[in-house]
Amino acid sequence: MANESGLEFEKDLVELEKRIEELKQFTDHREMNMGGELKQMEERAQNLRENIYSRLTPWQIVQLSRHPKRPHTLDYIREIFDNFKEMHGDRAFIDDRALVGGATWLNGKPVVVIGTQKGKDTKENIACNFGLPLPEGYRKALRLMKFAEKFQIPVVTFVDTSGAYPGLEGEERGVAEAIARNLREMSSLRTPIIVVVIGEGGSGGALGIGVGDQVLMLSNAMYTVITPEGCAAILWKDRAEAPRASEILKITAPHLKKLGVIDEIIEEPLGGAHREPALMIERVRERLSEHIQRLSKVPIKKLLDQRYQKYRGIGFLTEIAATETSGQSPTAPQAPADESTDTPAPPTSADAEN
Amino acid sequence: MDWFRKPKYMTVRVKKEKKAGIPENLVTRCPSCAEIIFNKEIAAALKTCPKCNHHFQMSAWERLRLLADNGVFIEQTSGKIQAGDPLEFPGYADKLAKGRKKTKLQDAILAGICAIDGTKTALAITDFGFMGGSMGAVMGEEIARLIERAIVDRLPVVIVSASGGGARMQEGIISLMQMAKTSAALSRLDEAKLLYISVLTDPTGGGVTASFAMLGDLIIAEPNALIMFAGPRVIEQTIRQHLPKRFQRAEFLLEHGMLDMIVQRQQLRETLGQLLRISSS
Repeated sequence: MANESGLEFEKDLVELEKRIEELKQFTDHREMNMGGELKQMEERAQNLRENIYSRLTPWQIVQLSRHPKRPHTLDYIREIFDNFKEMHGDRAFIDDRALVGGATWLNGKPVVVIGTQKGKDTKENIACNFGLPLPEGYRKALRLMKFAEKFQIPVVTFVDTSGAYPGLEGEERGVAEAIARNLREMSSLRTPIIVVVIGEGGSGGALGIGVGDQVLMLSNAMYTVITPEGCAAILWKDRAEAPRASEILKITAPHLKKLGVIDEIIEEPLGGAHREPALMIERVRERLSEHIQRLSKVPIKKLLDQRYQKYRGIGFLTEIAATETSGQSPTAPQAPADESTDTPAPPTSADAEN
Repeated sequence: MDWFRKPKYMTVRVKKEKKAGIPENLVTRCPSCAEIIFNKEIAAALKTCPKCNHHFQMSAWERLRLLADNGVFIEQTSGKIQAGDPLEFPGYADKLAKGRKKTKLQDAILAGICAIDGTKTALAITDFGFMGGSMGAVMGEEIARLIERAIVDRLPVVIVSASGGGARMQEGIISLMQMAKTSAALSRLDEAKLLYISVLTDPTGGGVTASFAMLGDLIIAEPNALIMFAGPRVIEQTIRQHLPKRFQRAEFLLEHGMLDMIVQRQQLRETLGQLLRISSS
């Protein structure tokens, strides 16, 4: 887990950066000229940065995607949009603090924003239940989406959760039903939906606000059917094997783009979104502006057909030839022949990472 | 020294009782009431325990025989596609091969057009015996194709779930997206004003519960079926408490407003027939 000195793999860098900062402060106070030395140290830091962050392993990306100092949903909402009016409650039971949303404006036009909210520290995390929504969170989200549909306002959702809260009350109050309903309603919501995976995309809890016309993902975010820890526990009965599981599960942005699960990757600043949050947020704002403008012009019937075909086309299977007997192993996997060109090409062996 | 002290604990050797001349494969011990029952009796009771009404799991083919008129499809639509291995997941190919051998299915689903008590219906059945009935790309595709077919032919849809496995981990994110795919297809079925009845059997969980299984216009469950989103062990680890008795069982869900009704297996075909006639009349 991350702490003040950073993640394990960036320890040396964080240490060096701290020393540079100290030296700067020291010289500032004493009007000494240490420029040459400082420059050298900064060069070293830059080299180290490029070395570490240009070839992150999937497990390092998992850690970055969960970094507590990353900008979270409300940071994006407050910085990107104007005059955010938060809306509360599912009108039936409670207001879930793990899933927030409301109305706001971008470039003078109204937008409905929704997202799962994680905290930066323990106090914040207790307030928002670590970003693990209850059924009422998904129901509030749906209520706001229906509001958006009524006035044809585009919807932007921010995904950052390790999943729906796995507790007693969620089961009692039908979290599965709440997610399922959102999947069905979002697939046919008569207004554009743009999804941004900003950190952790954890399974059904993420997908419950994650169906849309355009799915964007930050370069150090992850999106997975099961946490690497959960997968390791099943496969090897040992959660500590999570790094190995993260290699297998193919949860990083480039893989997901190849499989057609996401549409676009937004590059993070070197070292991750948390190192330059303002720059990161600006990049997201720029992409959202463009997509909202573009999608708002698409006739609604065409938009819905494209959205349907996008999800309809995600698969990875083999058509069995009529003559082939059952039980034979598939040859090269290929998408079913009757599907549109939206179907993503299956990765070739050259794409395989391990 | 107390040589004759009675030991606090002692091992008692129990002789393995021989089941007086009855071959193993003729009887089953009911996991609910522990009675030893002849398999013939269980089969005659549609795979329920004649003593305590425990509902044993059924394979997809058995379920088809139970529900479809004459026990057969008019036209089977499933079986023409096979799973790929998008992650080259360790052991997946073997698991698929075992599942195929065990269930005589290409994947964890059987689908087609049949008549249920006289009403022509698009029917899909998932099979717990095939990798826990988990949903990968094949199940998503079969369900989407069946629903699209039902829209063209104006048929009601029944899906019987026996999918404790939820979304299939071995296909990674692809399996998660089948939740969106099946739900999107059901949205179109809804727009076409066609009836969808979801039947939940033991066990149904995870990504299956959180997609097509909970989207029925009507939702029926078999008695005592385990129906969940998160597994009980995961929940216990999170809340660090023991779960209440009967938690996540069909009766619990009915009480909490998640189901329309619980139907005994003996009445399932007849009940479905009656409900299907609502939409076809």
